[in-house]
Amino acid sequence: MSSADAVAAVLWVGVTLYAVFGGADFGSGFWTLLAGVGERGRRARDLVDWAIGPVWEANHVWLIFILVTLWTAFPEAFASVMSTLFIPLCLAALGIVLRGAGFAFHRVAARRSGRRLAEAAFATSSVLTPFFMGTVAGAVASGRVPVGNAAGDPVTSWLNPVSLLIGALFVATGAYLAAVFLVSDARRSSMPDLVGYFSARALAAALGAGVLAIAGILVLRSDARFMYDGLTSEGLPLVIVSLACGAGALILLWRGARRGVRPLAVAAVAAIIWGWGAAQYPYLLPQTLTIEQAAGATETLTTVLVVFGIAVVVVLPALAFLFVLDQRGLLQEEGES
Amino acid sequence: MAFTLGFHIILACIGVAFPAIILVANYLGLRRGDAVALELAQRWSKVAAVTFVIGAITGTVLSFEMGLLWPEFMRRFGDVFGLPFALEGIFFFTEAIFIAIYIYGWKRLSGWAHFWTGVPVVIAGLGGAWSVVAANSWMNQPDGFKLAADGTVTDVNALDAFFNGAVAYEAPHMILAAYIVTGFLVASVYAVGMLRGRRDRHHRLGLLIPFTVAAIATPIQFGVGDTAARSIAKDQPIKFAAMECVQKTATHVTEYIYGRCTEDGVKGGIGIPGLDSWLVGFSTDTKVIGLDTVPPEDRPPANTLLHWAFDTMVGIGTALMALGAWLGIVWLRRRDIPRTKWFLRAVAVSGLAAIVALECGWIVTEVGRQPWIVYEVMRTEDAVTQADGVWVSLGVVLVLYTALGIATVMVLRAMARRWRDADDLDVPYGPRPAPGQPEAPR
Repeated sequence: MSSADAVAAVLWVGVTLYAVFGGADFGSGFWTLLAGVGERGRRARDLVDWAIGPVWEANHVWLIFILVTLWTAFPEAFASVMSTLFIPLCLAALGIVLRGAGFAFHRVAARRSGRRLAEAAFATSSVLTPFFMGTVAGAVASGRVPVGNAAGDPVTSWLNPVSLLIGALFVATGAYLAAVFLVSDARRSSMPDLVGYFSARALAAALGAGVLAIAGILVLRSDARFMYDGLTSEGLPLVIVSLACGAGALILLWRGARRGVRPLAVAAVAAIIWGWGAAQYPYLLPQTLTIEQAAGATETLTTVLVVFGIAVVVVLPALAFLFVLDQRGLLQEEGES
Repeated sequence: MAFTLGFHIILACIGVAFPAIILVANYLGLRRGDAVALELAQRWSKVAAVTFVIGAITGTVLSFEMGLLWPEFMRRFGDVFGLPFALEGIFFFTEAIFIAIYIYGWKRLSGWAHFWTGVPVVIAGLGGAWSVVAANSWMNQPDGFKLAADGTVTDVNALDAFFNGAVAYEAPHMILAAYIVTGFLVASVYAVGMLRGRRDRHHRLGLLIPFTVAAIATPIQFGVGDTAARSIAKDQPIKFAAMECVQKTATHVTEYIYGRCTEDGVKGGIGIPGLDSWLVGFSTDTKVIGLDTVPPEDRPPANTLLHWAFDTMVGIGTALMALGAWLGIVWLRRRDIPRTKWFLRAVAVSGLAAIVALECGWIVTEVGRQPWIVYEVMRTEDAVTQADGVWVSLGVVLVLYTALGIATVMVLRAMARRWRDADDLDVPYGPRPAPGQPEAPR
């Protein structure tokens, strides 16, 4: 395994973590959009607030991690993606700003109208941002990003069946993960009635994501044959693992099991992402740029790997500390939990 | 990009320096059992929560923009100067984690344990600032690579790029600026409150703690800034010449304060003969390199703007230092802040003044480097994206950030108002009430 492959693997770990944590974060915003204005909706929004509050920031640092790793280790690929896919990436960045601002302001805004506006910004951009990121992923996966400064088509590169389907799939997957997490958050907090509420939504989102995934594979077959071949050969074991985990999670959800749903749901998402990676290996931009060709200077790659090592030693214990404090309820207001 | 960076730089300063000021208040509160200081620390940490979120999203936008706007720059040099960003990422992650623990942990963690969870935030802030400035100073003093005859980049050494020639003065200059801006900014809020007649202990401490931090940082900044200017005269003589409007290489160069820069020298302004030479080499015989040493297309644009920005930064810095000395002298004699309202008025504007100085300094370093994006290696025009729609996105960004800025100020003011009326409120980082319970009446 070359150092370029190693860095690519680390990058892929970042993509997986962002898909799981960031995806669930976006997904919980999706549910606030659908929650409606009634008492039930308000309680659902409260739960989402309560659940993502302390980990919101950490969930999105993975995106910065992905961007920085990409431009440091694979500058050629970074430049090509960012210039050809200028439009969807700008829209995703816009969504990130609106979402963060909405989240920051919605509890401190002075007037009711201000709070409403902030909540609406948060909810809407929670759907739009992952959608546009999905179209970017679809553009890359279907080989529509050639090497060069804005060398690809600025519009059709991301406005095509594969991109649109993957965009929708991103939204559905995030919603599914979020609902699964929120089921156990509802159990942990004092809102047992929301357990059933989010269980039903998790089932619906799982079915939606499943249908989109099957449709996606069919579209890939006609539109991006390379990826289809990859998914049905090198990536096949992982696709099967993903299907098995997804089905297992569904059964456990259906039975109202308390344990096992979250790990299975996460495994289903992680497996399909690694299946995608396996399918397009050794390409970073399918059929135009391999990982080796895109890689920056060897010494930089080595340094980046060392920095990752430091990061694992420094950040992971701190992150674990945060999650432990959070789960033990040490990060709450006194006397109210 | 310039606009978004100019916006982010203020929030980044607050993110770097505010936690330290909060911890000072926290320490005083715990050490002396001072409830007022503890309350200040707690409220400030809630303000920091809001500014931190906004700083995080504007920072994310910047990392998008690196690729959206400068793909050629990133393509050629991403692997050379990416390392500082990777390190910054680690620092930022650590900061994000501990700031969440600190802000959420007020009630449940014991006093000193809670205090110590804030310390990593301060350290990570310093490390993160150093790393990001290292990337910028690399653009000023590129190092850690060689250029082949055809322009390809070879022999990359990311560590040399990180420890480039300019970081040793640029990074401390920026970090001190962060402490100065944040200190005066927070102090100015309480000065306004005192001018409106709220002269309780809460306001006095709220003014004194951040003001003291900033007043200590300012004279140090003067020394660091002076060193930086001299290093720039040596390392980037054209930038220095543009800052000081030096047209022709000469000795006994006159230092002009303000004035209009033209091809035939400075029009207007106050001239002090020989001072510019003396500042560069401690002797009026020192030769100062002028703009005439490079062809016109290699000279920075907007010369007068650059010169004014530099003079304004130095002028405000000097004034702030005098303000700090004023309080220091009165304090030594009477153990009190100056009684005159003019002192409070000066403090009230010091926050905005410090921000102006910050932006001026940023103009000097960025505009002064033009037309280069990487000094004497790559031109800005060669780095830019070929994608359409850049101007549209600039317009959107202008509108959006203006709204964001107004909303942030409005929200913070509303928080202050509610604190005055009642007690507590929710912020993005909690401390959170249990869900399902009615929200606090507003």
